[in-house]
Amino acid sequence: MATQDTNKRNPVLRATNLVKRFGGLTAVNDVSFEIYPGEVIGLVGDNGAGKSTLIKMVSGVYRPDEGHIYLGEQEITVASPMEARSLGIETIYQDLALCENLDATVNIFLGREPTKRFLGLFKQVDRGLMLNEAQTVLNRLDIKIPNLRRPIRQMSGGQRQAVAIARAVYWNARLVIMDEPTAALGVPEQRKVHELVRTLRSENVPVIVISHNMQDVFAVADRIIVMRRGQKVADVPASTVTGDELVALMVGAGEA
Amino acid sequence: MHKEQSPSHSRTYWLDILSRFWAWLFLFAMILIFWIGNPAFMSLFNLQSILANMAILTIIAIGQTYVIISGGIDLSAGWIMGMVAVIAASTMNRFPEGTPIWIPLIGGFIVGLIAALIAGLVNGTLVARMNVPPFIATLGMAGIARGVGFLLSGGMPVPIYVKGLGFLGNGYLFYYHPNAGWSFLAQPPGLVQADLRNLTGILPFVVIVMIVVLVIAHLLLSRTRFGLHIYALGGNKEAASRAGIPVVRRTVSIYLLSATFAAIAGVVYNTRFTNGAANAGDALLLDTVAAVVIGGASLFGGAGTVIGTLIGALIISVLANGLVIMRVNPFWQFIAVGVVIIVAVLIDQAREKLTQ
Ligand SMILES: Nc1ncnc2c1ncn2[C@@H]1O[C@H](COP(=O)(O)OP(=O)(O)O)[C@@H](O)[C@H]1O
Ligand SMILES: [Mg+2]
Repeated sequence: MATQDTNKRNPVLRATNLVKRFGGLTAVNDVSFEIYPGEVIGLVGDNGAGKSTLIKMVSGVYRPDEGHIYLGEQEITVASPMEARSLGIETIYQDLALCENLDATVNIFLGREPTKRFLGLFKQVDRGLMLNEAQTVLNRLDIKIPNLRRPIRQMSGGQRQAVAIARAVYWNARLVIMDEPTAALGVPEQRKVHELVRTLRSENVPVIVISHNMQDVFAVADRIIVMRRGQKVADVPASTVTGDELVALMVGAGEA
Repeated sequence: MHKEQSPSHSRTYWLDILSRFWAWLFLFAMILIFWIGNPAFMSLFNLQSILANMAILTIIAIGQTYVIISGGIDLSAGWIMGMVAVIAASTMNRFPEGTPIWIPLIGGFIVGLIAALIAGLVNGTLVARMNVPPFIATLGMAGIARGVGFLLSGGMPVPIYVKGLGFLGNGYLFYYHPNAGWSFLAQPPGLVQADLRNLTGILPFVVIVMIVVLVIAHLLLSRTRFGLHIYALGGNKEAASRAGIPVVRRTVSIYLLSATFAAIAGVVYNTRFTNGAANAGDALLLDTVAAVVIGGASLFGGAGTVIGTLIGALIISVLANGLVIMRVNPFWQFIAVGVVIIVAVLIDQAREKLTQ
């Protein structure tokens, strides 16, 4: 409990008064939030509520028009998705950003492949090391992929999610953001993704999960942030709300 | 969950294997048929001439392999080769008579290579920075290189006056004669005309060049980060970019590499024919793309190997040679290659669908 309290005082990431406008439309309007180690936030809201725009400011896709983002103690400006990654903010997009023609191992290391000397002549990709390391991280996350040499194309949706998550964990993500991770998955695969999110939490990696799916949110979230028309309308522990209450907040029934 | 998926996976697995190895089977079947059709097909002399004749095709096709794996295509490589052949030929002729042969050879190659690299740089820049579709960018460059080649040569092949150049293009590393024995780098001295019939050459120089290029290109593609990134580009450019791969730089390098291989092929042409013709690579486009695609590369990008392209080039060259040896009208060769390339693409598409 004591550690929990220290954690509470030191958010991994803190965003204050973020604003993003597209022309006349204010997609995100003065939103602040913070996330603590090992915490899972469910970010919910109707279509067009501003969820994706909010996290894209954190993951370097958009520059906020107003507001600040702090990673630990330090204020950061995230100029590009690459910069976000190098800061330890890993975003797993709906389209996953994997190379489907390459295998899981290569995808985990893509862009940061380890090398070794080939007969002292030139530097070659160290496939053996990659395979071992990939195996280790997948074991640690309790992910079973029968054949790591098979192209991603031949894997199920859940396995692809798992590879994307393994990549984030391997590169020591400080924060993982998942945009609609279960949108394209069947129920058993959804469960697998839920387990993976819990595993990340147990590794003390905080996760923001954007979802339409109430089951998703209640299955994994510790805290729920509700957005409506660009504004944050609720930020509550998951145990204190019901699905009906969330829906009411999302559509604004409480106020009407 | 995994259990119910495994049967279909193993089915696609086997179809995948078949789609990868049909080219090998096809090659061996063809060799067998030609051998039975005419035993002379299997003579050392004929086999070596098949290899020597395919060197130019193979070298250009290797460059094309890189481009196609990355999701592009290079329609200009054949005309860049012709331009280089002209430029290198003119350069070689400028060296005074009596200069050791390797000086005009290297000099011609360097000047030709510079011209090729400029063309490759323009190709790569158009594709990578200005988002011109590779098909259009390199089609335009094909026209430009063609024009430059013809302008510089006045529309006629440029004969090369360097002594001994033809020996490099058509000679062998070793010679064997039943009476005179072995000799290295030159025919055994003192043979009269009548003896030459029994002279056997072993390892044509151009085949050595081809093998060296093949080995380097294979290692670069299959072992280095650069090679891996080419597959990533062809698989998902967006993902490659998000993973931090310098997409623009890599793409430009790929077109530079293709132009470099075209330049090597241009100088090999110089040595084989002791001239430089602007249209030297005119007929090569179909054959190079065919070799790459038969070799298992995907025109969608993301798949292919140098070894596969070698098999593809072998199929085309064995076909051409075998048809001649079996006294089939050589024009059938065009039809055969055309059919094989279409079949190869159909197999590629079927594989694409199966493994979705
Ligand atoms: N790139 C953009 N240009 C213009 N408008 C945008 C852009 N991205 C999002 N929007 C608008 O901003 C609002 C919020 O969108 P978004 O953040 O995608 O919502 P959500 O993810 O909650 O569905 C929507 O009205 C959407 O149309
Ligand atoms: Mg969205």
